[in-house]
Amino acid sequence: MSTTTVVIQKRPGFIGKLLLQAFLVLVAITQIYPLVWLAFFSLKDNGEIFSGDVLSFPKKFLWSNYAKALSDGNILSYFFNSVLVTALSIILVLILASMTGYAITRMNWKLSNLTMTLILLGMMVPIHAALLPLFMVLKNLHLLNTYWSLIIPYVAFGIPMAVFILGSFFKGIPRELEESAVIDGCGIYRTFFSIILPLVSPAVATVAIFTFLSCWNELMFAVTFINNTAYQTLTVGMMSMVGTYITQWGIIGAGLMISTIPTIIIYLLLNKQVQKSMIAGAVKG
Amino acid sequence: MNSVFSNKTALSIFVLPTLIIFCTIVMIPIFVSSYYSLLDWNGIGKGTFIGLENYVEMFTDSRALKSMQNSLLFAGASIFIQLPISLLLALILASTVKWEGFYRTVYFIPVLISTVVIAQLWSKIYNADYGLLNTLLKSVGLSSWAQDWLGQKDTALVSSFIPTLWQYIGYHMLLMYAGAKSISQDIFEAAKIDGASRIRTAFSITIPLMKPILKVCLVFSMIGALKVFDLIYVLTGGGPFFSTEVPSTLMYTTIFDTYRYGYGSALSVFIILECLVFTVIINKFIKTD
Repeated sequence: MSTTTVVIQKRPGFIGKLLLQAFLVLVAITQIYPLVWLAFFSLKDNGEIFSGDVLSFPKKFLWSNYAKALSDGNILSYFFNSVLVTALSIILVLILASMTGYAITRMNWKLSNLTMTLILLGMMVPIHAALLPLFMVLKNLHLLNTYWSLIIPYVAFGIPMAVFILGSFFKGIPRELEESAVIDGCGIYRTFFSIILPLVSPAVATVAIFTFLSCWNELMFAVTFINNTAYQTLTVGMMSMVGTYITQWGIIGAGLMISTIPTIIIYLLLNKQVQKSMIAGAVKG
Repeated sequence: MNSVFSNKTALSIFVLPTLIIFCTIVMIPIFVSSYYSLLDWNGIGKGTFIGLENYVEMFTDSRALKSMQNSLLFAGASIFIQLPISLLLALILASTVKWEGFYRTVYFIPVLISTVVIAQLWSKIYNADYGLLNTLLKSVGLSSWAQDWLGQKDTALVSSFIPTLWQYIGYHMLLMYAGAKSISQDIFEAAKIDGASRIRTAFSITIPLMKPILKVCLVFSMIGALKVFDLIYVLTGGGPFFSTEVPSTLMYTTIFDTYRYGYGSALSVFIILECLVFTVIINKFIKTD
C-alpha cells in the first residue's frame, strides 16, 4: 500500500476503533451472558438464585445439582438415548448419502439428474408435512416408542443435505484417479470405498457435524413418536424434567447444562470446521 | 472402463436404499397429508371425505388466522430486525477488526444450542419473580417496568420472538461474513484509491456484491419464522389465550390434543405451501446470476 492511499482513505481513528470494540464487546455480552447466567445458577441453591444477585459467581459450587439431575432427573438415560440415536443417524446418513452422492455424480446412468433433483427437493420439505403420516405408519408398524422411530426419520430428512454436500465434493475429484484405480484392477466398490471416500473426509466431517446438530436438538418428532421415558431423548426429557423440578432452578439449570455441554465441547474443539459446515449447508443454492 | 461405472448391481446398491427411505419418509407423506386434509377424521376408523371444508374453516377461524398473522409478524421481525443486525456485525467483522475470530466464535455459540434449552433458559430469564430481566430492571431503578413478560397477552408475543431473533443473529452473521469475505480485495483497493469512505464502500460495493448470500439469509429467516415450532411450544405452548400461537403449534395441538387429524393436516399443508410460495416469491424478486 502506498502512502497516498493512506492519506486519501479515512481510516477510523483511535476513538473510532475504541467505539467499535466497545460495540462488539456489548454484542458479545448479549450473546453469551444468558448462557453464563445459566452456568452460574446451575451451581447455586434456590436461596442464592432468588437473592436477586444475578451477576455473582456461585459462592459454593453446588455439584450436587448435577448429580441430582443425572440420577433423579433421569438425565443420564436421556443423554444415553440422545447419543445412541444421534450416532446411529450420523452413521446411516453418511453411508447412504455417500454411496448415493457418488452414484449420482460419478457413475453413468440415465436417471442421475432426475434423482438428484428429487433428493434436493427434499431440502424444501418442512418436517411438519410428514409428522402425522409418519406417526400413523410408525404406529401401524408398532415402531412408536423405539429408537427406530427417531432414527429412520432423522436419516431420511438428513439425506438431502448430505447428498448435496458430498456430491459437490465428489464432483471435484479428477476422473483420472478413478480411471487409474480401475486400470489397476479395482472394481467399483473398491474404487469407491478405498480410493474416493478417503478423499472427501472434509465433506464427511461437515455432514457429520450437520447431522449431529439437527438430531441432537430435534424436538417435534422426538416429542410425538416417543412417550416412554426409557426411550426419550434429551430435548423431550428436558421438558419433563423442568415439569418435575418446577421450583428447583439449580437442578433444572444443571440438566440444561448437561445437554448443552457436548455441543459446546465439539464447537470449542472444531469451531472452524463447525462454522465451515454451517456455511456449506447454507450455500446450497 | 465404462462398464465399471455403469455397473447396474452397484448402482442399485448405492442408490435404491436411499431412494426408498427418502421417498417413503419425506416425499410420500406430503401426498398423504394432502389427502388427510380433505377428511373429517379422528384417527380411528375411516374418515369422511369433506372436500375443502377444512381449508374453509382454516381461513375463517379466528384462532387459525391469528396464528398465521403471528407467524407473518415473526417473519417480518426476523427480516427487518434480525437480518440488519446480522449484516451490520458481518460487515464490521469482515473489515479487519481486532479479535475478529473471537467475536465470530462467541456470536455463533447460541446457534448451536438446542432450541429447547434456549426456550427453558429464556423462560427463566422472563420469570416474573426471580428472572434475569426483572432483576436487572429492578437493579437499575426501573421496577415499574418489571412484569410477567410471558404471562400477559400484550407482552407475550414480542417476548417470544426475542429468543429466536437473539439465537440466530450469529447464524446469519456468519453466512453474511462468509459472503463479504469472498469478495475480491482488489475492488476494495480500487474504492480506497477513489476515496470512498467505509460507509460508502459498504453500501455501494460490499452489500450489492453480497446479494446471493443475502438472498439465502432472507429465505432462511423467512422460512425459519414460518415453520417455528420448538421455541413457542416450549416457551408458551401458544398461550396465554392463544396470543403466541403459530400455525405449527396449532397444527400440533389440533392433531395430538383434539384428534382432528383432517384439520391438522390442512394446517400442515398450509405450512408447506406457505414456505414454498415465499421461497418462490423471494427468488423471483431478487435476481442473482
